[in-house]
Amino acid sequence: MTGDPTMRDVFFEECEDLIAALTEGLTAMRDGRTDSETVNAVFRAVHSVKGAAGAFALDDLVGFAHTFETVLDHVRSQRLALDDRILHVLQRSGDVLADLIDTAREDLPTNQAQVDPVMADLQSFLGDAPADAEDFVFEALTLAFDAPDDATSTYVVTFAPSAAFYTSGNDPVLIIAALQALGPTRVSVDTSRLPTSLEELHWQDGLLSWRVEIDGLGSDLPILEVFEFVDDLCALQVSLRSADTDIPDPPQAGTTAAATADDVVDTPSVDPQPDTGDQKARSAQDRGGSRAATSLRVDPERIDRLINAVGELIINQSVISQRLQQANLPNAAELFADLDDYKLLAREIQEGVMAIRAQPVKPLFQRMLRIAREAADATGKLVELITEGDATEVDKTVVERLADPLTHMIRNAIDHGIEPPDNRAAAGKNRQGKLRLAARQRSGSIVIEIADDGAGLNRPKIREIAVSKGLVAEDAQLSETEIDHLLFAPGFSTAKEVTNLSGRGVGMDVVKTAITALGGRVAITSQFGQGTTFSITLPLTLAVMDGMIINLGGQTMVVPISSILETVRPKAADLSQIGLNNTLLRIRGEYVPIIDLAERMGQSATPREMTDRVLLLIQTDSVPQCALAVDDIFDQRQVVVKSMQGNYGEISGISGATILGDGKIALIIDPEAVAQGNTAYAATNSQNGRDVSYVAAC
Amino acid sequence: MVTRILAIDDSRTIRSLLTQTLQNAGFEVSTAVDGVDGIEKFRHEDADLVITDVNMPNKDGFEVIADIRGGTRNRTVPVLVLTTESGAALKERARKAGATGWIVKPFDDEALVAVIRRLTGAA
Repeated sequence: MTGDPTMRDVFFEECEDLIAALTEGLTAMRDGRTDSETVNAVFRAVHSVKGAAGAFALDDLVGFAHTFETVLDHVRSQRLALDDRILHVLQRSGDVLADLIDTAREDLPTNQAQVDPVMADLQSFLGDAPADAEDFVFEALTLAFDAPDDATSTYVVTFAPSAAFYTSGNDPVLIIAALQALGPTRVSVDTSRLPTSLEELHWQDGLLSWRVEIDGLGSDLPILEVFEFVDDLCALQVSLRSADTDIPDPPQAGTTAAATADDVVDTPSVDPQPDTGDQKARSAQDRGGSRAATSLRVDPERIDRLINAVGELIINQSVISQRLQQANLPNAAELFADLDDYKLLAREIQEGVMAIRAQPVKPLFQRMLRIAREAADATGKLVELITEGDATEVDKTVVERLADPLTHMIRNAIDHGIEPPDNRAAAGKNRQGKLRLAARQRSGSIVIEIADDGAGLNRPKIREIAVSKGLVAEDAQLSETEIDHLLFAPGFSTAKEVTNLSGRGVGMDVVKTAITALGGRVAITSQFGQGTTFSITLPLTLAVMDGMIINLGGQTMVVPISSILETVRPKAADLSQIGLNNTLLRIRGEYVPIIDLAERMGQSATPREMTDRVLLLIQTDSVPQCALAVDDIFDQRQVVVKSMQGNYGEISGISGATILGDGKIALIIDPEAVAQGNTAYAATNSQNGRDVSYVAAC
Repeated sequence: MVTRILAIDDSRTIRSLLTQTLQNAGFEVSTAVDGVDGIEKFRHEDADLVITDVNMPNKDGFEVIADIRGGTRNRTVPVLVLTTESGAALKERARKAGATGWIVKPFDDEALVAVIRRLTGAA
C-alpha cells in the first residue's frame, strides 16, 4: 500500500488540509464552540491522519494520533468534560501532530522530548484504561482441527450458509471457487432440506449445504482464510480425513430468514430513487459540508503552463496589433475594434487564470496563531492574535513564500514589541497584548499588516546599535523612517537581542529579502509607547506587471511602473554637477542624485546631453529618491515577466525579461538594486552623511 | 469482464492508494468522498464490489451499507469495510450493518486484492 513515492506526496498534501481543519476546529473549540459537529470535525481530521499514516508505517505519528483521537473521542461522547486544561492540551497536541507530520515528511527522527510530555498529558485524561484497549485484539478462531502429518492430507469442508450469508453480499459459488483454487477438489451439495413445493422455496433461506473435499493441503489455514468473513454466517466444519475418521454429518443451517419473495427480487423498474434533477440538487446540497466534492484539485504545473500560455497570448495580441498598425490598412477601424475585443478577452482569460492560482491567506494566518501561542508561552507574555481578512486571496507562490517572513515578524512582535504583563499594567494597558494580523486588497496590491500594541520602536536604541555595529556613521543624519529601516539592515540583529525565541539564525534582513524577492515592500510605522505596525505591500501576481518601455542607448528595456514616482524632462537650470561624474537634479527644492542607467548597465560613451533625456524618479522603501536617466519612453503596458535566474543566475540590476509586441526580448530593470548599487558606490566615494545613511538603510 | 469497484473514503490519500492498488490489479475503480457521495455513485454505477471507510462526514460507512442493503438495486453487492479499528466490537457492528468483510488499515495490497478476487470471483 506504500510503494509509490508520489503517494507520500498525496498523503502529506492531504495532511496540510487536515491540519488546517484541525487548527480551525480547535480554535473554534477554544472560542467556546463545542457543539458535536465541531468536535467531530476535529476528531475526523486526527482520525484521517492516523488512518493514512498507517499506510506509510509512520508509527510514531500513528501512535500519537491514536491517543489524541481517543481523547477526542472521549470529549465527543462527553466522557470527558472540556475545561481550560484539556483545551490547552488539545491545542498543544495539534501542534505536536503537525510537527510529527513535518518530521515524517523530512524523514527526520521524532523529537521525543517534545512529544512525550504532551502524550503523557493526553494519557492522563484517559485514566488507567490504556488508550488502545479496544484495538489489536486478536480473534482466535474456535475451530477444532487436527494437525496434518504431511502435505498431502485431504481436508473435508462442509458448510451450510445461513440467510444472513446471502444478504451480506456473499455467494456460495465464490466460496467454492476459492476452495477449488487451493487444490484438487470434489464438491457435492446436500439438497435434502429443500421443500418439495416450489411455493415454499426461497433462495435466500439457508437450505443448502455443501461438502468440499480438498486434496494436498498442508494445513487448514488457507481454508479458514476463505471463510474469513463468513465463519459466523454459516455452519462450518473443517476436518482432516484419515482412513478411519467418520465423515461428520453436514451441519444444519440456521433458518432465521423470513424474507418474502416480494421484497427481495431485484426490481429495477420500480427503483424508488429515480434520477431526477431535484434529487441531484438535494444531494449536492447534502454534500455542502464536504470540501472535496466542491473543489477541484489540479497539479500546479498545469496551471503554470496555462499561465505561460496566456502570457504568450498577450504577447501575441500585441504582436498582431503592432503588425496591423504597420500594415497601414485602409478602413482598419473595424479591425481595430475587433482587436480591442481580443485584447479585453485576453485580459479576462488572464485574470481568470490568475484567480485559479489565488489562495486565501487563511491557512497561513492559522499557522501564525500557533506561532503566536508558542512565542507567548516562551516569553511569558500574554498575547491575543487577531486575524482579519482571512479570505483575502493571494497568488499561491506568494502565500507559500510569506510563511517564513510572517513567522519571524510575529515572533519579533511578541518578543520585542509587546511588553511583559506587569510592564503593560504599569503603563496603564491591558495585561494582555494585542497583535493584529490583517490582509486586504488595495488597488492591485495586497497589504498585510502586523500591528502590535506594544512599546513601539525605541529609535535612540536602534540608532545606537546600528552605530555600534558600524552600520551607520556616528554623525549620520537619519530620519525616523531611515532609523526604522535599520531593523532590516543585514547584521543588525545581534547576540544581545537573542532570546530563547530569536536566535534561529534569521534576522529581519531575511524578512526584507524575502519580501523584496516577491516584489513587495515593507513599511514601518511606530509610535513610542503605543505600538508598531509593519505593512507589507505585495503585487497580486508575480507573472504580469505594468511596465514602462524605455529606450536605453538603442536597447529597449522595461522599468516597473510601481517604482516610478514621476517622469521628468530636466531643464539645464535644474541640474548641478557634483564632482566629476555625479549630477544632481533639483526638484521642488530637493536635490536628488541622478543615476545614468545606460552607464550602470555597462553601455559605453557618447551619452546624450542630460537635458535631452528623460529622468524617472524612483522611490523604494530602502533607498531614498533617486532619478534614473534613460533616453526615451516608448510606451506603458502590461508585460509578462519571465525569470532569467534559471539560465543566467542572479544579475544585479535586472529582475527578469519579457517579450515585446515586436517579438523582441527586453530586460526588466530592478530599480531598487540599481539605486542601491549607486548609493554603495557613493558612500565609499563621498563624505556626504546622507549618502552613508543610504547604505545603512539598504 | 472487468470487475468494477466503488471505493468510498474521505481521505484523499487512502482513495489514491486504493485506486492505484486496485487498478494495478486490473480492476476498474471509481471513488467517492463521503457516504452521501458514495450512495449517489452506487445508485448510478453498477459496482461489483464496494469498499467503504467507516468514519466519514455526512454519512458513515455503516449507514452506507444499510442504504445499500435496504435498497433494491444491486443490494447483495459485496461490501468491504475499511477501517483503522479492529477487534470484536467492529466485527459485530460491521456484521450487523450487513458488511461482507472488513479490511484493517493499513491494508496489505496483496491481501486486499485476494479478498476482492474471492468476494467477486474475479480472475
